[in-house]
Amino acid sequence: MKELTFPGGVHPPYSKDISIREPLREAPLPSVAVVPLSQHIGSPNQAVVSKGDVVEEGQLIGSSPAFISAPVHSPISGTVKEIRKAFHPALGPVMSVVIERDKSKEAKDYTQEDVDAEALSPEQIIEKVKDAGIVGMGGAAFPTHVKLNVPEGKKIDTFIVNGAECEPYLTCDHVLMTRKTQEILKGIELIAKVLKPKDIYIGIENNKKAAFFAFQKAIKKATRKVLSDIHLVPLHTKYPQGGEKQLIQAISGREVPPGKLPLDIGFLVQNVGTINAVYEAVHMRKPLIERVVTISGDCINRPGNYLIRVGATIKDIIEQYGIELYRDPEKVIVGGPMMGFAQPTLEVSVLKSTSGILFLSENLAKTPPEEKCIRCAKCVDVCPVRLLPTELMNNVKNGNWPEVRELNVADCIECGSCAYICPSRIPLIQYIKEGKEVLVRKKMR
Amino acid sequence: MKKLAISVSPHIVSPVDTRYMMKGVLIALLPAICAGVWFFRLRAVGVILASLAGCVVTEYLLQRFRGRKIRIDDMSAVVTGILLALVLSPAIPLWMAFLGGVFAIALGKEVFGGLGHNIFNPALLARAFLMAAFPVALTTWSRPITLDAVTTATPLGLAKFDGVMTPYADLFLGNIGGCIGETSSLAILLGLAYLLHKKVIDYRIPASYLLTVFVFAGVLHLVDADKFMPPLFHLLAGGLMIGAVFMATDPVTSPITARGRWIFGIGCGLITMIIRIWGGLPEGVMYSILLMNACTPIINKFTRPRRFGLEKGRKA
Repeated sequence: MKELTFPGGVHPPYSKDISIREPLREAPLPSVAVVPLSQHIGSPNQAVVSKGDVVEEGQLIGSSPAFISAPVHSPISGTVKEIRKAFHPALGPVMSVVIERDKSKEAKDYTQEDVDAEALSPEQIIEKVKDAGIVGMGGAAFPTHVKLNVPEGKKIDTFIVNGAECEPYLTCDHVLMTRKTQEILKGIELIAKVLKPKDIYIGIENNKKAAFFAFQKAIKKATRKVLSDIHLVPLHTKYPQGGEKQLIQAISGREVPPGKLPLDIGFLVQNVGTINAVYEAVHMRKPLIERVVTISGDCINRPGNYLIRVGATIKDIIEQYGIELYRDPEKVIVGGPMMGFAQPTLEVSVLKSTSGILFLSENLAKTPPEEKCIRCAKCVDVCPVRLLPTELMNNVKNGNWPEVRELNVADCIECGSCAYICPSRIPLIQYIKEGKEVLVRKKMR
Repeated sequence: MKKLAISVSPHIVSPVDTRYMMKGVLIALLPAICAGVWFFRLRAVGVILASLAGCVVTEYLLQRFRGRKIRIDDMSAVVTGILLALVLSPAIPLWMAFLGGVFAIALGKEVFGGLGHNIFNPALLARAFLMAAFPVALTTWSRPITLDAVTTATPLGLAKFDGVMTPYADLFLGNIGGCIGETSSLAILLGLAYLLHKKVIDYRIPASYLLTVFVFAGVLHLVDADKFMPPLFHLLAGGLMIGAVFMATDPVTSPITARGRWIFGIGCGLITMIIRIWGGLPEGVMYSILLMNACTPIINKFTRPRRFGLEKGRKA
């Protein structure tokens, strides 16, 4: 079958071999969970518990009346020790609920209950997704129920399941796709019931053959039309293939217009992890309190894919799982190496959107000094949204803001391909982000 | 554990850095250097060393006196020095080659603000200067594999002024009079293959440049085969190959957009042919590239890619 892709992009070393054949390991429960109250794009939550409260696993601990918001639940049973600011991997300190685990209590068993998913209306499914606090698990963390709530007058023609996983090192989606194929398909059915799309696609990069074959087999065997009609498409392995706009372009050839959302042209994209969470919320009444996290890099002895509770700190994970740092990491990255965040401390919690924790040595993650631009235009060649990164950089440096706007700085998806490819090691997206921020500020004035 | 490093993403970078690119150019130049030294012996070695010395010494002194970081190790001055020598006659006095190197760096690069800021290809600018200052020395050509003072004409000169055709085999292998580095098309094509393979340059400029020359010469040859040389002759003779592969592709002075690179190459091809056919000189490669260098900023401005998400034909 022809591998689909988009123009531009880069081929970083994928480094997935480190963890791709590792099983899905059940990780021990954390002794303390530090749960940030806000883990999504949108309005922050307020705590609904207070210091000293005894909480059950899965109990609501934070919510917000705002529409673009997703509640948070207690990942373990225990006592609320305090509510304080704690380190969030992308945002810095945010209000968090600190829960000490009650060691006498086992993890809750979410056996498949007798939920009649067939009987649920689209509204009821969205309600369950909302109550479970599901957000996009591919990294952006946009509340899923908001995405599923298609505004009046809009129609989703094409539902795309994102199994691209284009970030190097990360294999969490791969193991999920191979181990939870049936669950993901059931999740797809639920979402299809809400959206009623004409076409459903599952896109998987060709370096994840096992996941591709798992779906191929399952779709062939499927008896229900909605599943047997799914188009399973192999994608060329290229970063940022898993970007929403790039995936839509690869599969349909269509480009999402500037300032518009995929739904404006009839598309909706969901990551496989999110779809699995939808399945668990509806069929198992399980809120989003744990996820698969890839732990990898060249500094640790037990790389793998772990099912980890939200709120577990990196420090706790290393200690409890017997992970040994046999050499000093230069950087600890939450997420992938292309778009993830370097952490100053290990006292940082796993979030609903944490796909990986990478321990990279100096050999792999050094920050080389910035040199002069030689105008080789490699950044221009790789930009998936056809920007001119070098021109943007020059105009940001010179404070030429009208020109920065003229160069469509707002279109940047911040994938980092330009900075990856730059032979002069110029942190191009840093300049571009600065340009974006200045323009937003100027418009407000 | 030692202190963790913090930086913005991406946290990994491509192994291709500027030094890798400069080294790539130098490796790609090796066949042409070897061919030049083979055909012109010690004269070629002398000119290369003189030009190199002019470039490197000037770069060092200027950076030193301006209190800037010494950047000899970025290899760009070395590349300029070798490129300049390769587009000079093996018969040129060594002091002129040295002076050319000084000019290339001082007025071709550093006055503009150094690497990345110059508008013109420094090696070609220096050659244009030498051509204007010492026209006789620049166009006195020695016969290959002779160290005596016997002079000859280049195949383009022979064709243009005497109507004499040089055999293709000689043109291809390099057994002809001409600049040190332009003598062997084969050697330059080997370099091109390496540059493309290592992704140091983009194929668009050499492809559009060579194709334009081929089509232009082909059409004229079809119209009047007696008056106009065949297209293959135009491809293999003179400085076209070295210009299209090593000079026009200079990243600093060529367009950054893909469409712009097509236009740049086509422009170089047209100007080269206009000078070759109707100009007073036998050769037009150097002027074509310098003139297109001057057009690069405006080409960049008018070939901005279509904004992502907007349909074709609509302005951003």
